[in-house]
Amino acid sequence: MSTYIWLIPVLPLFSFLIIALFGRFIPKKAVAIMGVGSVTLSAIFTILAGIQFLSSPPAGGACTSTIYTWMSAGGFTADISFILDPLSLVFCFVITFVGALIHLYSVEFMKDDDGFARFFAYMNLFVSSMLILVLADNLLLLYLGWEGVGLCSYLLIGFWYKEPENGYAARKAFIVTRIGDTAMIIGLFLLFVSFGTLNIQDLMQDVSLKWVTGSPLAVISAALLLGGALGKSAQLPLQTWLPDAMAGPSPVSALIHAATMVTAGVYLITRTHVLFALAPVVMAAVAIIGAVTLLVAGFSALAQTDLKRVLAYSTISQIGYMFLAMGIGAWSAAVFHFMIHAFFKALLFLSAGAVIHLLHDEHDMFKMGGLRKKMPVVFITFLIGGASLSALPLVTAGFYSKDQILWFGWSASSSNHWLWLAGITGALLTSLYTFRMIFITFFGETKTEPDHKPGLIMTIPLIILALLSLVGGVIEMPENMGPVHLFSKLFDKILPAVNLSGGGSTELIFQILSAVISLGGIYIAYLIFYKKSSLAIRFKQSSLSNFFFSGWRFDKVYNILFVRPVVWLSEIDKKDFIDLIYTYIAKATGYFNLLLSKTQNGKLRWYVLVLTAGLVLLLTIMICL
Amino acid sequence: MVTVSMEIQILFAGLLFLIGLTGFLVGRNIIFMLLSIEIMLNSAALVFVIAGSHWMQADGQVMFIFILTVSAAEVSVGLALILQMYHHYKTLDADALSKLRDNEVK
Repeated sequence: MSTYIWLIPVLPLFSFLIIALFGRFIPKKAVAIMGVGSVTLSAIFTILAGIQFLSSPPAGGACTSTIYTWMSAGGFTADISFILDPLSLVFCFVITFVGALIHLYSVEFMKDDDGFARFFAYMNLFVSSMLILVLADNLLLLYLGWEGVGLCSYLLIGFWYKEPENGYAARKAFIVTRIGDTAMIIGLFLLFVSFGTLNIQDLMQDVSLKWVTGSPLAVISAALLLGGALGKSAQLPLQTWLPDAMAGPSPVSALIHAATMVTAGVYLITRTHVLFALAPVVMAAVAIIGAVTLLVAGFSALAQTDLKRVLAYSTISQIGYMFLAMGIGAWSAAVFHFMIHAFFKALLFLSAGAVIHLLHDEHDMFKMGGLRKKMPVVFITFLIGGASLSALPLVTAGFYSKDQILWFGWSASSSNHWLWLAGITGALLTSLYTFRMIFITFFGETKTEPDHKPGLIMTIPLIILALLSLVGGVIEMPENMGPVHLFSKLFDKILPAVNLSGGGSTELIFQILSAVISLGGIYIAYLIFYKKSSLAIRFKQSSLSNFFFSGWRFDKVYNILFVRPVVWLSEIDKKDFIDLIYTYIAKATGYFNLLLSKTQNGKLRWYVLVLTAGLVLLLTIMICL
Repeated sequence: MVTVSMEIQILFAGLLFLIGLTGFLVGRNIIFMLLSIEIMLNSAALVFVIAGSHWMQADGQVMFIFILTVSAAEVSVGLALILQMYHHYKTLDADALSKLRDNEVK
């Protein structure tokens, strides 16, 4: 197994190099085969490794393979070395499997685009960086992947760079996540200074041995790592970049801004959970940030008109659930929700991409409508994705993963009922905005006619993801429904289980409650947006809707708090004393130039006179000396 | 035979050079300027002759013949240029030929 782990991230990297260097000389078909093929091969290797891992687990629950010593200076060494344990296996599986499906879908989605080869080059680089991130066995290599995915995110958001707004959105995403990354690298420095190693396993062992719970260093370094996670995973207060990131092509939104990259924060915190467990304050902050984010984003999604922006806010909100779960120590529940979320959110983005593609880049939901009969396959897959997102009981995968988080939100000893309340309110919001979106887009009268049907290449990934969104949840069933716990069993060696407070309440009541909430949300959406009650119009015109539409005016506040002071300061700095010196040197040079160029007047006798005068001057000087 | 001291001789050559230079500077007619150049050249050649007679060597006179040859070649090229100039500009005024100036300065 350890002999071929390195192939998983290297294959897409290799394909990236070939496409990036020779992409313009080889035909589109070859680019497509290479781009999709490399990720598919990675997926096959991941599944092979997974089967081998599960059938004969290696000693210690993890398998490491070092392929190269990256750097070695003083007491510090960093290897290019990959670790395969249940956590990285699950992430690898989602990245390569969902990634391969999205790559396949992109072949048709991007087929008329001039940047076809560029697109696949960036996508392959992304998949490779993301795999390096999750497979890295030291934090430095992890950081390499972390920055690599940030770069690819920037490149792909601004993929259609000829529109200035897309470039602006790309820069915004890059700069906002950079704030988090700065905190993270400081955190890494702090850990290195304290322990002299960045190897994750050694580090976690040292941390649990040398630091006591709540010690200041543990709290500070956990908080700094959390900063990195907040930026990458678009959680409060660094969530503002994700809705704008929808400027990229839809497959990019599906892969990077829904399924994989934005969950890197979840991976980081889960990977370093030993450190976080020593900092209860930070754990509480993780839970509270998750809870607040899922509410803020849920309300914002309710007022959006752009199909993809609804999904973007929904992604922020669902990652909020994962943070909430991590904050209360329900690690495997967070990872489980990550996996299920990757399935149904990629499905939703790809379906939305198909809708937008077939309607000639129409993003406004209110200009769609009645698409149920025009594109039945897309309608059904979108409906399945939506149902899974709103956690429709029993039949969808989303129910199993979200119900687990809500149940732990109530019963975990480190949780309190306010967190649960936020979660359950978020669940209501989720089904409300999801079915608002479905009713507006697919029901009612047709406003824009699609001109053709999506092809087979686009449909196959949708169907596969739809199946996963339905049945993916059965591998982990609630305690009272069935004895299937494949997922949590996978993790019981590396992630601690949740401490239940044992309050005596039964899980069944909460399952019924969340089912009622989910169905109730759909019914309310049906009443308001399908029956077109006057409430919908009144809400749309209210200032509250405006407030939600702008994402709680975070952009405006940040603009006043940070952007304007910086612009003001640089305005002052532009005119400072030191710059004046250089300005005047430049001015004086220009002035002398003007003076000297006046002597160049083209008159022969003038030149001779100057020559003679110079000669006389020189002779005089020579004689006088 | 009247002998003139060498200082006087050099002074005379210098005077000749100055006359040529002044003529070059004040004249606007290009033929006049060519004549002035010839005068300056001859004054320089005269210095060689003076030096030759002072050290009783023939080199100075050999040098003079060289300079004469060069100046003949120079005059023929110069006159050809003057012909071309007149052909293009219909004038012999040297100040009229000022196209090689810096464009910013009028």
